[in-house]
Amino acid sequence: MNLRTWRKLVNATMLTVTGVCTVTTVAALFLILGLLIYHGASSLSLHFFTELPKPTGESGGGMANAIVGSAQIVGIAALIGIPIGFIAGIYLSEYEDKRFASVVRYVADLLNGVPSIIVGILAWALVVLPFRHFSALAGSVALSVMLIPIVTRQTEQFLREVPLALREGALALGASKWKMIVTVAVPAGSKGILTGMILGVARIAGESAPLLFTALGNQFWGGLSEPTSSLPVMIYQRATSPYEDWNQQAWAAGLVLIGMVLTANILARMVLARGVSVPRG
Amino acid sequence: MATQAVAPAVVTKRTSGTGDIIARFTALFFAALLLAIALLLVDQLFVRSAPARARLGWGFLSGTQWNPVTDEFGALPFIYGTVITSLIGMLISVPMGLGAAIFLSELAPAKISNALTFVIELLAAIPSVIYGLLAIFTLVPLMRTYIEPFLKHTIGKAPIVGDLFSGPAYGVGYLTAGIVLAIMTIPFVISVSRESLMAVPREQREAALALGATRWETTWQIVVPYAKLGILGSVFLGLARALGETMAVTMVIGNAPAVHASLLAPGYTIAAVIANEFAEAGGQIHPAALIELGLILFFMTIVINGAARIMILATTSKGSKRA
Repeated sequence: MNLRTWRKLVNATMLTVTGVCTVTTVAALFLILGLLIYHGASSLSLHFFTELPKPTGESGGGMANAIVGSAQIVGIAALIGIPIGFIAGIYLSEYEDKRFASVVRYVADLLNGVPSIIVGILAWALVVLPFRHFSALAGSVALSVMLIPIVTRQTEQFLREVPLALREGALALGASKWKMIVTVAVPAGSKGILTGMILGVARIAGESAPLLFTALGNQFWGGLSEPTSSLPVMIYQRATSPYEDWNQQAWAAGLVLIGMVLTANILARMVLARGVSVPRG
Repeated sequence: MATQAVAPAVVTKRTSGTGDIIARFTALFFAALLLAIALLLVDQLFVRSAPARARLGWGFLSGTQWNPVTDEFGALPFIYGTVITSLIGMLISVPMGLGAAIFLSELAPAKISNALTFVIELLAAIPSVIYGLLAIFTLVPLMRTYIEPFLKHTIGKAPIVGDLFSGPAYGVGYLTAGIVLAIMTIPFVISVSRESLMAVPREQREAALALGATRWETTWQIVVPYAKLGILGSVFLGLARALGETMAVTMVIGNAPAVHASLLAPGYTIAAVIANEFAEAGGQIHPAALIELGLILFFMTIVINGAARIMILATTSKGSKRA
């Protein structure tokens, strides 16, 4: 074989290989969805959403408490994390004190990369230890620590995409800086910022590691200051249990969780932020 | 048009009112809060692990025994398991991810590339516990009945590398955890690598093609080397994720605190042991030892993440073609 055909052959082969890599990766998503629907749909019923879990040995029961618990834990985490992250993001984009801002930015990125289980240890030390019991609030603190850097960086990113001319226009008309930020910069970047917030909340909603020893889990309804079950932790417990019936429930819960996470992702990326590229932290 | 004037460059230098000062300090306060959280995290990890450090000293790092009942704590099996599973994961996800990134940035038309990237980013949004759920019920039986026996009877018979694939096929273990980590890190490798490849100036490609290089030669010899720092950054980013990954690994690692040469053997990782034992850890030393493990993991991920950020920043800012 001469060199020319050899080079052509290498070219065709390697380019095909890259295509195969892509197709395999994309196929993984559909395989995951397919398996979840196949195994999960059969155990999904109205009871799943309305009933409490049954004790071991009894069949049936649902995960109403885990769904409500998740909503509670994630909701409070969002209430704590979103305002802090949002305002910190405004600082990074609008008040550029060069050195301090770059330190904060770097720290935000590092916080974003801290394993979630370690964030759980922080929340345990700050909330569980002083109050001497596991609580939904401790879980919320853990999740909000994860949410803050995400919202900060996303807010900054999208505010930076707002053209400088808009800001200068407002300032030239005599608006003070904070008025310019509130009435011009933030509204102009609001779609992107909102997308970032939704993606951030969707991400923490699927976290279980930091909840294992903060919110713990509960067979009954939880409360702010009581151990509370959540959907991801419930999936973990049911999937690793030896009971067939519980494993089936794990599949159903998995289907519900992924349905919520992917719906939030698709809505945020396609409807709200059409054409806006969303960077991942 | 007589009134049109060029805006002075120092618009912001005017006297700012009280509102502005309040707004500025509010924003500064919240930004400083991020620093406070990070400092608090380091502080708490140090303070809460103090009993274990005082009691066990440096021997903790090299100890191989882990027995909470007899107060014996050694970190080595967990560090080993964390590193090995992450390396297996990266060994699979880097070639796959780079291949896909090349396809998406160099070959696919923009529309298809964007659509596929969207799907791949959804893959990154899937919660870890779902990967674990799927792995327990589909991958583990598959590994136990088909893949691991196959590996044992083929590579397992080879001289030097044979030891890596020996012992009974449990289904759970280093290899299975590594494969799960590979699937979980691929989206990160793809999206950052793709961005670095797209940041390579167009002229670089055109020059190589004009000299008669094939598409692949252009990509492999010109574009990839040009973007290598960013690609390396993506690898480090993926690695940091893999090291700290908890739920999916916990569900398939096998939970055996021992050091095994065979990749088929069950093991343990730092994140997994914290997830399994922390809620029920009693006494003084046990929780502290777990937190010290967390401290080790924290430093591992911080170093790797920090390196990744610097590398990614260095490449994506110098290119001209932006996505």
